[in-house]
Amino acid sequence: MIGALDAGLRSLGARVVDGVWKLGCATRFTGTLLARSAPALRRPQLLLDQVHFTGVLSLIIIVVSGLFVGLVLGLQGYETLKRYGSAEALGTLVALALVRELGPVVAALLFASRAGSAITAKIGIMRSTEQLSAMEMMAVDPYSRVLAPIFWGGAISMPLLAAIFSACGVFGGYLIGVVVLGVDSGAFWSQMQAAVDVWDDVGNGVIKSVVFGVAVTLIALFEGWDAPPTAEGVSYAVTRTVVTSALAVLALDFVLTSFMFTGV
Amino acid sequence: MKRTTIDLWVGLFVTAGLAALMVLALKVGNATTVSAADGYRVTAEFDNIGGLKPRAPVKSSGVVVGRVERIELDTRKFVARVTLRLDRRYDFPADSSASILTAGLLGEQYVGLEGGGDEKLLKDGDRVTITQGAMILERMIGRFLYGKAAEGPQPEK
Amino acid sequence: MSSEALVELDAVEFAYAQRPILKGVRMRFPRGSVVAIMGGSGCGKTTLLRLIGGQLRPSKGGVRVESQDVAGLSHGALYRLRRRMGMLFQFGALFTDLTVFDNVAFPLREHTSLSETMIRDLVLMKLQAVGLRGAAQLRPAELSGGMARRVALARAVALDPMLIMYDEPFTGLDPISLGVIANLIRRLNDALGATSVLVTHDVEASLRIVDYVYILDGGLIVAEGTPEQIRASAEPVVHQFVHGEADGPVGFHYPAAGLAQSFGMGERP
Repeated sequence: MIGALDAGLRSLGARVVDGVWKLGCATRFTGTLLARSAPALRRPQLLLDQVHFTGVLSLIIIVVSGLFVGLVLGLQGYETLKRYGSAEALGTLVALALVRELGPVVAALLFASRAGSAITAKIGIMRSTEQLSAMEMMAVDPYSRVLAPIFWGGAISMPLLAAIFSACGVFGGYLIGVVVLGVDSGAFWSQMQAAVDVWDDVGNGVIKSVVFGVAVTLIALFEGWDAPPTAEGVSYAVTRTVVTSALAVLALDFVLTSFMFTGV
Repeated sequence: MKRTTIDLWVGLFVTAGLAALMVLALKVGNATTVSAADGYRVTAEFDNIGGLKPRAPVKSSGVVVGRVERIELDTRKFVARVTLRLDRRYDFPADSSASILTAGLLGEQYVGLEGGGDEKLLKDGDRVTITQGAMILERMIGRFLYGKAAEGPQPEK
Repeated sequence: MSSEALVELDAVEFAYAQRPILKGVRMRFPRGSVVAIMGGSGCGKTTLLRLIGGQLRPSKGGVRVESQDVAGLSHGALYRLRRRMGMLFQFGALFTDLTVFDNVAFPLREHTSLSETMIRDLVLMKLQAVGLRGAAQLRPAELSGGMARRVALARAVALDPMLIMYDEPFTGLDPISLGVIANLIRRLNDALGATSVLVTHDVEASLRIVDYVYILDGGLIVAEGTPEQIRASAEPVVHQFVHGEADGPVGFHYPAAGLAQSFGMGERP
C-alpha cells in the first residue's frame, strides 16, 4: 500500500520535473528562434513559401468550416431568438459570436490540426533524417533558415485565416437567416453594425488570433524539434502538437477574454 | 509547384485575408460612425446613470450623433459626470437637455439629446445643464405602491 | 605521415549523460590524406565527426582544426569554419523537398552571391563528377541509396571544402555502388587537395583507398597504422576486426549480468 503510494508520488514528481524541464527547453528554444529571426526576415521569398505552407494550404478547411459554423449559428440562433420575437437580432448574435470567439478559436484549432501537425511532422522528419544536422554542417543555421520562416509565416497566416473564417461565418449566417429563413436583410445588417464595435470586437478578435497563431506555431515547431528521431517519436510529437495547441488556445482564450471583455 | 504559382496563391490568400478584415471592420462593425479624432466634448451630470456604459450611443431624434466617452463620479456633489463626444457635423443649442433612455424594454441604455431654443450653441467643454437620469425600475414600482397606499382608503368611502 | 596536421584530437573525452563514449582519444589527420576511423557499431565514431564539426563539445581535451580549438569558437566563427567543411551523412540527408539540382545548389545559394547561370554550371560540374548529371531534375525519393549518397557527396563538395567527413559511406550499398563511392572518395580528395575523414566499419573497401587507419573500441584507440601495417598486424583485436570474427577481444555481447543469473538459475537467496 505504502509502496504503491510511494511509487505513484515518485512518478508524479518525475512528471512534474519533466514538464518543468521541457518548459525551460521550450523557452530557450523560443529565445534562440527570435534571436536568429533577423536573417529570415530579410528574405521575403522564404517567408512567402511558409505563408503558403501554413496559410494557403489551410484555406479550404477554413472557408468550408467557417461557412458551416455560420450556417449552424444562423439556424440555432434563429430558432431561439424567434421565441422572444427578436429574430432581427440574428445578425448581432452571429457576428459577435464569430468575431469575438468562434472565429479566432475555431480557426486556431483548425490551424493547429492542419498546419501545426504538418509543421511538427516536417521538422521532426527533417531532424530524424539528419537534414537539419546536414544544414548545420553546411554552415546554414537551421533556426534562421527553416524554423524562423515557418514561425513568422504562421504568425502572419493565422490572423488572416481567422478573419476569413469569421467573414465566411457571417456570410453563412446571412445565407440561412436572410435568404432561407426570411429575416429582414436591412435589420440583419443594421443591428449587427450597431452592436459590433471595430476596436472592441473586431480588433480584439484580431489580437486573439495573432496570439493563437504565435502559440500554435511555436508549439508545433518545438514538438517537431524535440521529437525523438524515430517513427513513433515523430507520430507522438504530432499528436502532442494538436493536443497541446488545443489546450493552449482554449486557456489563452479564457485569459485574453477576461482581460478584453470584462474590463468595462 | 512552380515558384510563380506559389507567389500567386500567397498573393490571393493575403488579399482574401485583408478583404475579410475590411468586411469585418466596415460591413459587420461600425467603423463608419463617429471617428475618435473628430468631434467635440460636452459634459452632463446625472443623479443616476442606471446601466449606461462608455461607448454607448448618444442619439438625437433616433440619429446617432455621438458616443459616451467617460463616466465618473463627482464625489463632491455625488452625481455622475458623463463626458459625451459629439459629431462635429451636428450643432446643438446651449439649453439642450440630455436624458438616459433605454432602447426597448430590456435593451441597452443610451443618452438622448433634445435640442432647445437658445441662440448660443454648445461648444467643446460646455456642460449640458438640463438632465434627466435613468428610470430605476425599483424606485418606480416603489413610488407607484406608495401612491396606491396613500390613495388606498379613498375608494372605500 | 607528413608533418602538418589539419585536424588534431588531443586526449578527447566525451560522454552522453553518464555513458562515456570516448575516453581519451588522440588523432592527427595530415593535410591531403584520407584517414579511416574504424570500429564496431556504437563505439563513438559518429560522435568523433560531430566533435570535429563542432556540433558536440568534448567534455575533456581539445579538437583543433587548423590549430583553432573548435569548442572555443563563437557561433559566427564556427559557421565560418564549417563553410570549409563538407560532410556526407550516413543516408545522405538530402533535402526531400528539393530536387537533386537544388540540393547541390543549396550551399552555393546560401553562401555565395553567384548568378544563376554560374550556379547552374557549378552544380552540373559537381553532378558530372559523381556521374549523376542526368538525374539533376529527379527528387531524392526517386533515387536509390547509392545514388542519393552520390548526390549528397556532390553537395558536400559543392563549396570545395578543405575537409570532407564521411559518416558510414558504405553502409547498405551493393558491391558496385560501394566500389563507385570508394573510388569517388579517393578521387575527389586528390582532385580538391582536401583532407578526408572516413568513419566506417567496412574494412575491405576502406583499406583499399585510405592512407591511415585508426581502430576504436570501447572509447579508446586499440590500433593504428597504414593499411599494410593493419593487414599484417598480429594483434588479436585487429585480426578479429579485419577478418570479421564474431567473438574475440571485441565482445559479441552487450555488457550484462551473468547468463545464469538472468535466467534465474543462479543461487537464490
